[in-house]
Amino acid sequence: MKKIFTLIVLGGLLLVLLSSISELPPIGDRTNPSYNEIAEYYISEGAEDTGSTNLIAAIITDYRAFDTLGETTVLFTGIAAVVSLIGVFHHRKSDKEEEHHG
Amino acid sequence: MDDLFVRVITKMILPFIQLYGVYVIIHGHLSPGGGFSGGAIFAASIVLYTLAFGLKPGQKRMPHKVSSKIETGGIIFFILVGFAGIATGYNFLTNQEAGFPMGELGSVFSAGLIPIVTIAIGLKVMSTIITLFHTMLEEEG
Repeated sequence: MKKIFTLIVLGGLLLVLLSSISELPPIGDRTNPSYNEIAEYYISEGAEDTGSTNLIAAIITDYRAFDTLGETTVLFTGIAAVVSLIGVFHHRKSDKEEEHHG
Repeated sequence: MDDLFVRVITKMILPFIQLYGVYVIIHGHLSPGGGFSGGAIFAASIVLYTLAFGLKPGQKRMPHKVSSKIETGGIIFFILVGFAGIATGYNFLTNQEAGFPMGELGSVFSAGLIPIVTIAIGLKVMSTIITLFHTMLEEEG
């Protein structure tokens, strides 16, 4: 039952993704949605808006600062995962040592 | 690593690496670089110190308690700075409209929010790399 449900969900996802691939614009086309006026806006107004001469810093810490907050949260999640896997083992070892002393 | 040359060279080169890391962080809004790369350079100095002198002196230089405090402090500082925008009636993490001093274009003390956020990111990246490295070394030894 579980396997059939998984197959149905994955098959539906496959259909959705394949149908969206056929709708994608050709790579490098001039009329792509990614080549819009935002890039020109950043170049012409970025220094005035943010006061920063480094345009990349202006984008990642001013225009997209919330995205950068998410990036730092990724770092936090990574270190939480590593310490929860490795650090727990370390604490258990130190507990045993305390038992030996006592 | 018990090598005299490595230790002497590490001691000589360490302040320059750290100075360069601080430079990259502080000039993040003026020149290529920023919080992520500057924090990584600063963390590389501590990683080098730990590699040359062993885990115990490395942990004495940057204890786990301190680095975890810096890490959580960096992100809390980031979020609190962002709330200044809400307090003045704009969006989260607003820069110019929220009343941050903009300064002169191209000087170190300019761009309002950006250097503050860059310093917070630098502290966070630095402590994350050091904590990961020390934790993984603890596991091994």
